Amino acid sequence: MGSITLRNVHKKFGGVTVIPDASLDIREGEFVVFVGPSGCGKSTLLRLIAGLEDLTSGTILIDGQDVTHVPPAKRGLSMVFQSYALYPHMTVRNNIAFPLKMAGMATGDIERRVSKAAATLNLTDYLDRKPGQLSGGQRQRVAIGRAIVREPKAFLFDEPLSNLDAALRVNMRVEIMQLHQDVGATMIYVTHDQVEAMTMADRIVVLNKGNIEQVGSPLELYAKPDSIFVAGFIGSPKMNFLGGDNARSRGAATIGIRPEHIDFAQGVGLWSGRILLTEHLGADTFLHVELITGEKIVVRAPGEFGGRPGEGVSLRPQENRIHRFNAQGRAIRA
Amino acid sequence: MTGSEKRSPLLVAVLGWGVALIMFFPIFWMALAAFKHEIDAVATPPKLFFEPTLENFAAVQERADYFRHMWNSVVVSLGSTALVLALAIPAAYVSAFFPTKKTTDLLLWMLSTKMMPAVGVLVPMYLIFRDLGLLDTQMGLVGIYTLINLPIGVWMLYSFFKEIPGEILEAARMDGAAPRQQLFQILMPLAAPGIASTALLCTILAWNEAFWSINLTAVNAGPLTQFIASFSSPEGLFWAKLSAASLMAIAPILLLGILAQRQLVRGLTFGAVK
Repeated sequence: MGSITLRNVHKKFGGVTVIPDASLDIREGEFVVFVGPSGCGKSTLLRLIAGLEDLTSGTILIDGQDVTHVPPAKRGLSMVFQSYALYPHMTVRNNIAFPLKMAGMATGDIERRVSKAAATLNLTDYLDRKPGQLSGGQRQRVAIGRAIVREPKAFLFDEPLSNLDAALRVNMRVEIMQLHQDVGATMIYVTHDQVEAMTMADRIVVLNKGNIEQVGSPLELYAKPDSIFVAGFIGSPKMNFLGGDNARSRGAATIGIRPEHIDFAQGVGLWSGRILLTEHLGADTFLHVELITGEKIVVRAPGEFGGRPGEGVSLRPQENRIHRFNAQGRAIRA
Repeated sequence: MTGSEKRSPLLVAVLGWGVALIMFFPIFWMALAAFKHEIDAVATPPKLFFEPTLENFAAVQERADYFRHMWNSVVVSLGSTALVLALAIPAAYVSAFFPTKKTTDLLLWMLSTKMMPAVGVLVPMYLIFRDLGLLDTQMGLVGIYTLINLPIGVWMLYSFFKEIPGEILEAARMDGAAPRQQLFQILMPLAAPGIASTALLCTILAWNEAFWSINLTAVNAGPLTQFIASFSSPEGLFWAKLSAASLMAIAPILLLGILAQRQLVRGLTFGAVK
């Protein structure tokens, strides 16, 4: 239960094409993250799956059934919105019970399911409060509670953590991953935060201007990006890109190398340059270096690295970790 | 900003009281006049202290049936308000949450009907009312007040509905609520303060409307505005009786306003949509 298939999904708003042509297979029980910069169409794609937007053309299948023209509630999906979208005039209990009431479930069953969901999410003490009396994290839990009581085939999350502060976000991330393990349902999660994508996903779908750039596990995308866009989007700090002779000598228009794949050379290295500034994070130090070619790169150094701005450094990239891209920005695989 | 905040309350209070007193004075004077003998009511210089009497109220009731006019006012203003809400809530719902390219034009067109002076269509309206047998009927007035207040109702509700995040209704859609359930279980409770103020305004406007009621009704369906008018034209100099009639005409709506105000304040503080 819970496989989702998109076939040649195409969406226009008025004259503007938002999703040119997307095809994707999401397997049962998988945690899939849609990631990309704002305006890349990831939320639109999620809303198309939810049924909140109509397709211009194409097909959506859930468990092999064509649901392209099926209304949202009949698709067996639950959605958690960015703003939580709780019903402010209802208590937490009634918020969570609402989808069950709409489905015409018996009162006793509703009560049992609501209690169970509340217990799972530590909301039992808050059942008689209104959303306005809850903290951001609690509201988020209510929204998740409202989603799980329906026992949906799949959960859709639309940037659910972006309104929370950093510490709470990390906690909720873990809770959602825990929920995925407990429930085992398919989850589609939209975010612009590549760290969330890397840590949570079984598979990541990278979107750019409405096109699916690449689909793969976090480590596949990290190790073998198909394009400059994916290479630059996945990983933090982002990959360094160099052109000119460095690229030409390796048979590429652009080469990419991650900050963690550049070593310090003793004596004369392959690349020499000057430290512009250093960022100390404790475990790591990130050096911003200007090469003699004038190009600027970021290099990861150990936490206790002692170099100061203005000093010279010589660097040696790990050759087998260099990514090569052609003039169109696609990866060259030898 | 903090400086002006510290200084202003007294000034604002004085200004507020000043404006309120100026606005209230005519009503106060009218209320006084209603309890004066006719001689005292027209005395120069005006008399602040006088021997109060209830004779004006008795005289007014004797000459025209106050309670029938009041009943007409109640039926006509509440009836038209109910109709306005029944039509405007769905219209505003669709305009706010499912707009098309022409929605704004449509809303502006509705508002533009308010710009025409009513007297411009008096003759055609009169003829239509005559031919349909609606002259001097409650139904006729309910109809015309509904048409007059509908644009205001749609606009007010539209702006209240716009305040409600669309995601809440989308969540309801995901949860299986049909459009009617979204409207009654989510949107209307959330917009209740807005709906209440719209209803209050429509009721007051209908209650105080004079032009159409004077021209289209007489003894049977005439509301309180008609009742007052019947005192002002032929017997304009009877200030005390006119004041008594006016006081009796505005008292119910004044009471409604005071009662509803409390409801409205409670509704507005309920808030916290997000």
